[in-house]
Amino acid sequence: MKSNDTRRHSAWLLAPLGMLALLLSPVWASALTAEDKGLEIATEADQRDTGFGDFRVELTMILRNKHKQETTRLMRNTTREQADDGDKTLIVFDNPRDVKGTAFLSHTHKAGSDDQWLFLPALKRVKRISSSNKSGPFMGSEFSFEDLASQELEKYTYKYIADETYDGHDDFMIERIPTDPKSGYYRQVVWLDKAEYRVWKIDFYDRKNELLKTLTYSDYKQYLNKYWRANHMEMINHQTGKSTTLKFIGYKFAIGTTEMDFTPNRLKNAR
Amino acid sequence: MKILGEPVARFVYLMLAALVVTPPDAESGEWDVGGQSSLELRYFPYPTAYAGQKNMKLSPSGTIEPELIYELDGSNRFTASPFARLDANDKRRTHVDLREFNWLHLGSSWDASMGIGKVFWGVTESVHLVDIINQTDLVEDISGEEKLGQPMVNVNIEQMWGTLSLFALPGFRPRTFTSDNARLHGPLAIDTANPQYESSKGKRHVDWAGRLAVTLGDLDISISHFQGTSREPRLLLKNRGGQDVLQPYYDQIGQTGLELQLTTENTLWKAESITRSGQGKRFYATVAGFEHTFYGVAESRADIGLLVEYMYDGRDPRFAPPSIANHDIFAGFRMALNDTQDTTALLGGSWDYRSDAGFVNLEAERRLTDHLKLEVKGRFFVHVPDGDPTAFIRNDDFLELKFRWYF
Repeated sequence: MKSNDTRRHSAWLLAPLGMLALLLSPVWASALTAEDKGLEIATEADQRDTGFGDFRVELTMILRNKHKQETTRLMRNTTREQADDGDKTLIVFDNPRDVKGTAFLSHTHKAGSDDQWLFLPALKRVKRISSSNKSGPFMGSEFSFEDLASQELEKYTYKYIADETYDGHDDFMIERIPTDPKSGYYRQVVWLDKAEYRVWKIDFYDRKNELLKTLTYSDYKQYLNKYWRANHMEMINHQTGKSTTLKFIGYKFAIGTTEMDFTPNRLKNAR
Repeated sequence: MKILGEPVARFVYLMLAALVVTPPDAESGEWDVGGQSSLELRYFPYPTAYAGQKNMKLSPSGTIEPELIYELDGSNRFTASPFARLDANDKRRTHVDLREFNWLHLGSSWDASMGIGKVFWGVTESVHLVDIINQTDLVEDISGEEKLGQPMVNVNIEQMWGTLSLFALPGFRPRTFTSDNARLHGPLAIDTANPQYESSKGKRHVDWAGRLAVTLGDLDISISHFQGTSREPRLLLKNRGGQDVLQPYYDQIGQTGLELQLTTENTLWKAESITRSGQGKRFYATVAGFEHTFYGVAESRADIGLLVEYMYDGRDPRFAPPSIANHDIFAGFRMALNDTQDTTALLGGSWDYRSDAGFVNLEAERRLTDHLKLEVKGRFFVHVPDGDPTAFIRNDDFLELKFRWYF
């Protein structure tokens, strides 16, 4: 029954060109492996999020230690989509006050390492920094740099696991394995809903294949009548008991950025 | 009290006038008021070296540095950042400055600013050879990283491959020196009230500078040139009424600089080179090295960086201001705990392999609350022989404890 569903779903995905192939060669369709289907789902999710152009959003990050003591970080994120490469992202920090004015620029790449710069306002210094610290904590939080980097299709290999009902909606459950050996994860298990291909939950497994963190997404809103963004994310570290809440406030799309807003020189004047 | 030099003051008045003439649009404009103040305590453990010098064993001091930004619209911004320090023991360290007072315009592929500002050039950590736009505010810290605001007109033209920056620098800022009877000062008085200039225009000489910064994949290259008044003075021995004093003398120089950084996986390879004319024979200076970071050491969240840099400076101290980084090797550790408090520490030492003089530098900081940070700093002179440029202050090792309040 399950495999039947799978086949029907792939055909739907590949329509209309795929339909022709399916009719001519039903053997090919049945040979669709879990890897193929995983990639198909990830590709569809990626396709549905392509073309947003650019956006700006304010972030509130609440860090919680195992005694539930809270610390708050405030920052602003501006992101510009690249047609044939990873996104460009600029983050300006507002709180805590000692990092106010500090700015972080990232040019993500589909292949190879990302380019990153940091602007230190006290010295007026723009520093090019190494991007290989993917698994390091971002601002002392439970999010690592790679958790927050733009999720390019090419950064993982995929495998379909099962269909599952999660939190009342029908989901695909897929596994993805980072292609970068510098990733802090051995694998991730992702729940996406079948209706809109939105991610609802990710289980992160560390290099020893032990469950490290769980990220849950909620409060999805649709922008430009197409692009879904979760306005609330919750990352729980199972090994330390710490957690981080990430709230997104005031998403604005189509804000008219240019390539020149994402240069190391412009980073000096980012606000 | 004469706060700012005359050309600088004129520049500020011009800027203020421009602000008054163009009243900001209350509808679209946006003020952002912030800044910081600090309280610090310096501890000098060793006795003074010279007769008449204040002991200053425990020396308190405080600063305030507000920052006002007026964002007129997305492409026009006014920034003002005055700075003041009050020092219990050092009259010259008690000083005020305008760190920033400028108007910035952001164009589509260019930007321009006019006013007093701060510009940093360079990539290395132990010494900043190429950095030349701003004068060092030496009373703040002997590290040379604290700078005085510099009047400038700056235009940056940007292409996808890099940035061309041009500067006109009217109004020279003489270097600050600690009081003659204070710590971190040699035996002779420095006549800071009467600096001398090679240029007949004195501090009104307009300096020029330009820099081309290019990124080629993992490699960043910058070439710069500065033509004008040397930021480093020579200290000339003069006799004033039977008293030997040192008079700061500012030569006209031309300095061409090169910066290189290669960013590889865990290692940043860095080099800076300068060649300078105008102070005796043209000389060259270089600093080159690497910073290698071990991320997540021993399965923790902490990073440890290892820094090694080699310094060479070919200047002739008879004609050029002496350099303390002439034949030195620097090695240091940088630690970042990546905790909620962003605890970091840097421990470094440089060693002059010719004179055998050593200098150890410690910097550590930790956030206490959203508004408060604790900093610890230590500067130690180790085995400094007579004749080394740091010999005059080799008794002035100090430890500094600082609380910084951000508002």
